[in-house]
Parts: sequence; C-alpha cells; structure tokens
Amino acid sequence: MQKILIANRGEIALRIIRTCQEMGIETIAIYSEADKEMPFVKAATMAFCVGEPPVNKSYLQVDKILEIAKREKVDAIHPGYGFLSENATFAKRAIEEGIIFIGPNPATIELMGDKIISRQTMEKAGVPVVPGSGCGIKAIEEAIVLADTIGFPVMLKASGGGGGIGMVFCEDEQALVKSFAQTKARAMAYFGSDEVFIEKYIKDARHVEVQVFGDSHGNIVHLFERNCSVQRRHQKVIEESPSPCLSDHSRNMMFETALKAASAVNYTNAGTIEFIVDEKENFYFLEMNTRLQVEHPATEMITGLDLVKWQILISRGERLPLLQDEITLSGHAIEFRLYAEDPVRFFPSPGKISRLEWSHSAGVRIDSGYDEGSVVTPFYDPMIAKVIIHNETRVKALEEAVRFFKDLKIEGIKTNAPLFLNVLTDNDFQKGKYTTSFLTKKLVN
Amino acid sequence: MKEITASMAGTVLNIFTTKGNQVQLGQEVVMLESMKMEIPIESTSEGLVLDVKVSIGDFVNEGDVLIVLE
Repeated sequence: MQKILIANRGEIALRIIRTCQEMGIETIAIYSEADKEMPFVKAATMAFCVGEPPVNKSYLQVDKILEIAKREKVDAIHPGYGFLSENATFAKRAIEEGIIFIGPNPATIELMGDKIISRQTMEKAGVPVVPGSGCGIKAIEEAIVLADTIGFPVMLKASGGGGGIGMVFCEDEQALVKSFAQTKARAMAYFGSDEVFIEKYIKDARHVEVQVFGDSHGNIVHLFERNCSVQRRHQKVIEESPSPCLSDHSRNMMFETALKAASAVNYTNAGTIEFIVDEKENFYFLEMNTRLQVEHPATEMITGLDLVKWQILISRGERLPLLQDEITLSGHAIEFRLYAEDPVRFFPSPGKISRLEWSHSAGVRIDSGYDEGSVVTPFYDPMIAKVIIHNETRVKALEEAVRFFKDLKIEGIKTNAPLFLNVLTDNDFQKGKYTTSFLTKKLVN
Repeated sequence: MKEITASMAGTVLNIFTTKGNQVQLGQEVVMLESMKMEIPIESTSEGLVLDVKVSIGDFVNEGDVLIVLE
C-alpha cells in the first residue's frame, strides 16, 4: 500500500497522515473551500479541493472523491469518523473501483447502520439489548402501546441516527405525543429516513464502550473499554480508559459480550461496541460503530498501540498484530474534547483563533486540527482538538489535566475549557461516580 | 419593514411560520442546524410575515435574511 486518500478533515486527517508518514505511505487530502488553509491540507503529500464549504457539497461528494481517488491511483481510502465513514454505498463503490476501503465490509456497515436491524442481530446472537421495539414504529398509537408495555420514561430514536442526533427523552405519554411527529421529521431531514423506534430509558446510566478489532482470518480481539459518560446533547465530551467504578467481573463480561457481538457479524477492522450500564452494572448493547472512534487515543495511550496502523495492516489482509493475551493495559488515560463553543449554553463559537498556547509535557498528547491563526468556520463539527492525558493512576492523570487546562491560553473564540476545570474539581467526578446526566445536573446546580 | 436574519451560518431545519402569519417578539420562527447544533432563531419584533425567504434544507450564511416582517 503506497498511497491513501483521506476522506476527512481536521484533527483526524492529521492523525491518519501521521501514521501514514511513519509507514512510508503517501497521503492525498481532500478539502472544501473553507478548509484550504487548514493544517491537514498542508501536511498531506498532495491535496485537492472537492467543493464548496457545506458538507453535502464537499466532504459528502462521493462521485468527486472517488474520481480523485481513481485519478491519483490511490490504493486505499481512509474515511476517518463521521462524513462517509459509515456509508455502505461509498465503501462498496470504492471497492468496485478496485480501491481498498479501510474499514469493515459494506454489508456489515449497512447492517450496523440501521439501529433496529443491529438490535435484532445482537438479540439473535445472545447479546443483551435495551428493552424496546423489535421493529420500526409507524404511528403514534403503536408508540404509546409499546411505551406503556416497557414503561415510561422512554427514548425515542431515529433508526438511521447517530452522533447523538435524532434522540429524544420522553418522560410520559404526553411528551411522547409531543415529540413523535417532530422526531420523525428531524430523522427525515438528517438521515433521509423517518423510521423511528423506542427504547426504555435507563436511569442513572453510564456509557461504556469496548474497542474491538477483527482481521480477515477470523481473529477478533478487544482493546479494553472506554467510559464516555460525560456528555452534552448525547455527544461525548470526556472519555477515559479504563472505566472508573466498574467491577472486574462486569468489565470481563462486557469484553466477552463485545467479542460475541463482533463475531456474530464476522467483524473486520476497527469497531466499537457501545453499551449502556445501569446502577447495578447490568449492561445492554446500544449500537456498534463500524469505524475508528474519535476517542481512540485513550485506548492507544493505555495499550501503547497505533490503531490507525492496525487498521491499515488489516485492510491489506494481514493478521492482527497481537493475540488477546499479548495486549496489555498500563495506567490511566483521559481524553477531553476541546470544542469551539460557549461553556455554559454549548452554543457554537466560530471565529479566528488569535492565540493558542498549550504546554507539552510527558504523558500529554494533543491531537489538534487547528493552529494559532486558524479560523474555525461554522460549517463543521466544533471540535478543535483532543487533549489526551496518560499517567500511572487516574488521580495523577486528573491532576495533570488540571495543570494543563489552567495553563491553556486560547483567545479569539470561546471554548469549553472552563467547563473541564469545573468537572475536574467536582467531587463526584474525582471519585469516578458519574452518569450520562452528570453535565446536565451540574449545570442546573 | 423589518428583517429577521441568520445569527450564524447553517442549514434551515425547520420553519415555524408562513406568509400572512402574525409573529410575536421572541417567538421561534426558524430552526437552523449549525456545527451539529440546533440553533433557534427568534423574531426580533412583532409583526405580520410578508415573506419567508428560505426553504427547509437551504444553506444560509450569517446575516442572510430569513423572514421579512411588515
């Protein structure tokens, strides 16, 4: 494999370029008109503009991207996360053109992309799923009957959903009625399908996910778990590995279950099995992400492995570099997603980063998409960087994180850095006792 | 004549009023989606809707006119 096209932007494009450089692989970046000054464009071996700033005119332009891939004779496409990474048609068309798609096969992407079918598949494989609909719900009457059977409150979700969009919490029947049509309309607007389903709302839950990897020789391993319970708008803000306050028994059960789930779909390449964990540590399958995860560096820091390298090796047909018992865990890693947004109301805050100074020290990794002087445009996800801190213990990692965010100087845009300092000094967070409602509750108080 | 403009660039996700409707000050008239966030646009005054300049799915830039009031 000599040349890879990266169908993404920002920090993840840079992240993939870094591994490619280490492996002696050339990179082709694609960019929108809004991104022409971005660091990833300059870091790639070559870069080509794919269109106007809005995503559907640039990063989602399947035909244009494939045309560049063919013209530049790339061997493979790395889709990163978001954008086309879980688009089965894109993966299939790349393969038809003789280009390797760095990810699982298109059939698996399609299967796991439909949240109702993935639930059915996992149930059949003996993986516990959140109580809820076995199929899509057409009418509100149907929704009410089902919600009554499983018991309120419930979550109403878009079957084609993801990234925290298209999910609504419904306290009671009245709320369900109020949200039903709106959620269907929103699902249609975002995902091109208005199919929705219902799941029981799990109170005081934690979001814990297991990183898995499979090769084309039938081997599947896990790379431990990540706790991603600090969320706003159902989107992750802080992730850590290993998960605090989780018994060894539950962790091992989750690893076993994740391997069972991945085996059930003959999974290849990098994937994540997301679980929701209740107060008693009962856990249920939520969804499977068939791509590299934003928070993969937390896993890299505790295992010392390069997950992008593994993805490339596996996509060339090689075996997994390590067996399960050769994969070890060391210390504690915590990742913070630095967003260009108001730290209180979470509204986006685009603009020019006029000052950006952060301290580099041992155990601190910064995966940034922007430099000082870069402009955060209003067209894409507001994440500007990920800060990953690794240390011998969780306590030491948190102390290092406090130092980092106290020293961080960022001007020109608002960021959520002040929020991190609040979280890091919070008693419950320090004890590792927090659930997905942590941020909402803290903000109310 | 008054104009309600987009507070930031984004995609029009929903429009809550039509031509000929009366809107109140502070009423949500348009929902924009920007940077994975839904951003409600509120009416900056009360009045009769003379024209809705955008459709659902349109991409608007900051400052673009969304709705014209009498």
